[in-house]
Amino acid sequence: MKREKVLVQCTVNGKEIAEYVDPRESLLEMLRNRLGLTSVKKGCEVGECGACTVIVDGETIDSCIYLAVWAQGKHIRTLEGLEKNGELTRIQEAFIEEGAVQCGFCTPGFIMSAVVLLEKGEVLTREIIKKQMSGNLCRCTGYQNIINAVEKVMKENQRS
Amino acid sequence: MYDIENYYNSGTIKEAVSLLKEHPDARVISGGSDVLIKIREGKLAGTSLVCIRDIKEIKGVKKMDSGDIYIGAGTVFSHLTNDPVIRENIPVLGEAADQVGGPQIRNVGTIGGNICNGAVSADSVPSLFSYNALLRTSDGAGGRTVPIRDFYLGPGRVDIQPGEILTHIVIPEKEYRGYQGHYIKYSMRRAMDIATLSCCVVSKIDPRKKILEDIRITFGVAAPVPFRCVKTEEALKGAAVDEKLYQAVEEKVRQEINPRNSWRASREFRLQIGGEIARRAFVKTAELAAGGDGR
Amino acid sequence: MIGKSVPRVDAYEKVAGRAKFTDDLILDNCLVAKIYHAAIGNGIVKSIDTSEAEALEGVVKVVTFRDVPDHCYPTPGHPWSVEPAHQDVADRNILTGRIRYYGDDIAAVVAEDDVTAARALKLIRVEYEEYPVEIHPRKSMYGSNPPVHFDKKDNVLNRTNFFIGDVDEGLKNSATVIRRSYKTPMVQHCHLENPVSYAYMEKGRVVVVTSTQIPHIVRRVVGQALGIPWGKVRVIKPYIGGGFGNKQDVLYEPLNAFLTMQVGGRPVKLELTREETFCNTRTRHSIEYDLTAGVDQEGRLLAKDMKAYSNQGAYASHGHAIAANGLTAWRLQYACPNIRGEAYTIYTNTPVGGAMRAYGIPEAAFAIECLMDDIAAEIHMDPLEFRRKNLISGYYEDAYLKPIAANTNGIFQCLEKGEKYIRWKEKREAYASQTGYVRRGVGMSLFSYKTGVWPISLEIAGARMSLNQDGSVQLQLGATEIGQGADTVFTQMAAETLHMGMDDIHISTVQDTDVSPFDTGAYASRQSFVTGTAVKQCAELLLEKILNYAKTLLPEEETRELSLDHGWIYAGDEQALSLEALAQECYYSLTNSSVITAEVSTQVKKNTIATGCCFAEVEVDMKLGQIKILDIVNVHDSGKLLNPQLAQMQVHGGMSMGMGYGLSEQIILDEKTGRPLNGNLLDYKLMTALDTPDLEAEFVELEDPMGPYGNKALGEPPAIPGAPAIRNAVLHATGVAFNEIPLTPQRLIEGFTKAGLLGKEGERHV
Repeated sequence: MKREKVLVQCTVNGKEIAEYVDPRESLLEMLRNRLGLTSVKKGCEVGECGACTVIVDGETIDSCIYLAVWAQGKHIRTLEGLEKNGELTRIQEAFIEEGAVQCGFCTPGFIMSAVVLLEKGEVLTREIIKKQMSGNLCRCTGYQNIINAVEKVMKENQRS
Repeated sequence: MYDIENYYNSGTIKEAVSLLKEHPDARVISGGSDVLIKIREGKLAGTSLVCIRDIKEIKGVKKMDSGDIYIGAGTVFSHLTNDPVIRENIPVLGEAADQVGGPQIRNVGTIGGNICNGAVSADSVPSLFSYNALLRTSDGAGGRTVPIRDFYLGPGRVDIQPGEILTHIVIPEKEYRGYQGHYIKYSMRRAMDIATLSCCVVSKIDPRKKILEDIRITFGVAAPVPFRCVKTEEALKGAAVDEKLYQAVEEKVRQEINPRNSWRASREFRLQIGGEIARRAFVKTAELAAGGDGR
Repeated sequence: MIGKSVPRVDAYEKVAGRAKFTDDLILDNCLVAKIYHAAIGNGIVKSIDTSEAEALEGVVKVVTFRDVPDHCYPTPGHPWSVEPAHQDVADRNILTGRIRYYGDDIAAVVAEDDVTAARALKLIRVEYEEYPVEIHPRKSMYGSNPPVHFDKKDNVLNRTNFFIGDVDEGLKNSATVIRRSYKTPMVQHCHLENPVSYAYMEKGRVVVVTSTQIPHIVRRVVGQALGIPWGKVRVIKPYIGGGFGNKQDVLYEPLNAFLTMQVGGRPVKLELTREETFCNTRTRHSIEYDLTAGVDQEGRLLAKDMKAYSNQGAYASHGHAIAANGLTAWRLQYACPNIRGEAYTIYTNTPVGGAMRAYGIPEAAFAIECLMDDIAAEIHMDPLEFRRKNLISGYYEDAYLKPIAANTNGIFQCLEKGEKYIRWKEKREAYASQTGYVRRGVGMSLFSYKTGVWPISLEIAGARMSLNQDGSVQLQLGATEIGQGADTVFTQMAAETLHMGMDDIHISTVQDTDVSPFDTGAYASRQSFVTGTAVKQCAELLLEKILNYAKTLLPEEETRELSLDHGWIYAGDEQALSLEALAQECYYSLTNSSVITAEVSTQVKKNTIATGCCFAEVEVDMKLGQIKILDIVNVHDSGKLLNPQLAQMQVHGGMSMGMGYGLSEQIILDEKTGRPLNGNLLDYKLMTALDTPDLEAEFVELEDPMGPYGNKALGEPPAIPGAPAIRNAVLHATGVAFNEIPLTPQRLIEGFTKAGLLGKEGERHV
């Protein structure tokens, strides 16, 4: 089957990219298969687990139910874009310190959800943090330490 | 990859409508959180798509000089929730939108999609029913205005004609001014779920006389389409707001709704819950009317 | 190093998004396979036509049940047995024309891309002959025509029983006898990474890269399924996104291996969808229990009897081992002179039951711990006091399976901690006589759990270490990291015994059966105990070799005792030689070079019992049928904690699973077809962050003499006590005893209505 590819130009982790994509492709597939950004995980393909969460123009989305062509002109961020030359961001460090990582499969999605929340600069109650992190499922941690990590960095940000 | 036959993008209403006329088999896609899932499931596999997400004219919320509120069909749930016009005038609609799925879904799902897919569990719809929303459609040449109650034709079917798209939802000023609303979504989880049953109560209460001047009760998942409890509403108007009235809401609603048995929940269970959430939602609106924030 | 909360050795890779899971290793250059699943629940394929599918452009190969080897093979992740009587039941073919459950695997398509593969599946035409579907074990056990498997005419896969003393006599002598039936649901593991593998051929051998807990077992089973020498199979296990027992089974690796062989060894990827994971992999068995118990005037157990009926589904998988494990638990922990147990495992036309975290004990413990509360209620005794009266303090051993024993037993200390945390007495009293529609209650439950599978099955583990040129150590194991933190505690163990820093131990995360020592893998909470024993032995051996080599480098007159500590060889208290210098010598000495390595393969013939409890406080909104967990604590005696933070993390995850088991999780099957109605992450109600209360994990640390570092089982136990504790808290709050989980809103509303708690409104409508 010959398919006409569509040119998508967008920014991914601060870098301008131009890719010819199949219009049937999801953003998840474009990020993983064309750009090698394998932190973006496939867990359900229907937006129920949040493992594929990325940030598009400052908002989290499930990249499995987002067509690659929709990325045209957008600013996209994945977990790979956080760390700078091996130096982790505070939320990544906090995930380690608080023991918020087990199998690690949901971790990238959770961190991306946390990043948006933390960048808003608000101080939220634990309940609201839970609500804002409820689009990501985890089977290993019971969420306890994940929420702890987010809360910890939120409080640090407030102090500084 | 999604099994999509052809994909067409549109940047204006006009373009969208002419694409739809040119490709009568194509489906409209906006946020994608519904259509893409149906393609994957196989229900819509092999379909062609006309995408309307780049149409700026159908995004955002505006309060007109008339006081009527125009909501673009392409407005995503999270923007609706955070919109100052919504927060000030019909907060319940924003609160309802804030209960859809999870944060990621609320950043892509649109209110227009929520209406047009015809799902009886749509979280934004009971509130729109209770505010007597009007739906504006466009077919390129002209358009129609349809009261939302007439828009639902049956399970999963809505009154959208071939070559037509939903552009705006209008809440006339007289339908919200002086009213208080509360929405309760009853689901098995507090997030990432669809409603087992849902209820939006909008009421107008004279705060001094404590008399119920008007009430509108709408259920999701209590009938094949979103359902207004008209009989209950008529029977209660003019009554004094007190414990007896709360009890009456609960009882009458149970007699009026007609939920079905399914593996998700039994009819009997939904009747029990339906009466209870109608009562609780109504009590909340009464608290709001009395000046308490009620939450 | 042991006992310290050091960070995970793989944490950086995981938070940076660098950890490579199976699907991350192979991208778009792979052929894609998809499976054609049966659309009926019981029957045979009368005809199958794949010609249209084969003709579709982009389809490389279509295979059906007619093309696969016709012998059966077993799938569970048990060690193999050289005694035929103890070998696992072999009842599967790679593809089948005899449909035993809805979704059974009939054919497979290999195509250039996933859309083509999906379209090809739609072009396969199948005609069926249908048989009646039976999803209930207690009906299925009277036989069906035809039986689910021809060699089990009554559909009973296995039945076992035991007795101690004389139960009938004991019941006769009891002051109070109660009989209750309990039922647990079919649930799913819901690891976030679906099962995924890819396979290719290299030098005439088949290589399978797969998300598994048990690479060495996968190798054996792929060999068995394909009928090829096991040495012709190589299995590689990268990082895996959770398993919880589902990946302690050989799922689609044999099909994947078969498919690559059908396309000339080209790489073929076989990735399950979430829906397939629910329907076509494994589940936790639904088990029905009929329990009877008698107590004397003082509330001491005199006799107890268990009958268990376990729904196996369509294929044996782990089979009867699950229900049998529950029978063993029935014998342990509570003192009782007369005990009887009988368990049936029954084939039905449902998805297959397999291993899931705690292997039959969450099911049994639900029944047992409900019963304990129900007896206590019957005789008007505080349920905690009732348990204390009947629990065995100190050492006890299993009457049948030696050497299973509580070599250390911290249950009383656990209860004390839990009681204190939840403020048991105060709340039991405060909530004793409530009115209204919103009520609160506190409840608890406890458990015991074996460490590893000895003597029921073999316990063996391998470890290999070698000294690097810089004095650091490579560590290779066949045991697997599946998220639980195994690689971290193994590193701690090696560092502890070798007196080195964590940074000086380099563990391989990837298992490769061509390279990794033999170990049966991650299950039964065995690795820190069994593999830990191997790691310790291996480290001791390496240390001995290092010190022996050191002697050859030191002056002959040096007679002081040598030791190794953080990079230095000491003679007495004096630094004699750096480890790096020693290492350089052993690699490059022109007279005396021999790289220092150590390898052990260790059989462990020990077992020891871990224990613990859960205390929960709930608020029940009866009119809405909703339970809110206000507070919940698990207290565990798992011996010495190797890494307290990792231990706490295991407990949190288990608690979450236990709450889901008690409140919301279940696979609902269509009566007519046995099809899962809610086999996806929207309709299967896994708890979200918003549904989860804050979790408290506490420990009682007794050093167990059997554990290599004083440790015993911890990985699975946390998932056990939550559900019965919540159920018992609801009993306390409302007086209504629910005997089936999950406690869904509908089940609650029905129960409260039946009990007359929901007033006239409820009665009129329900």
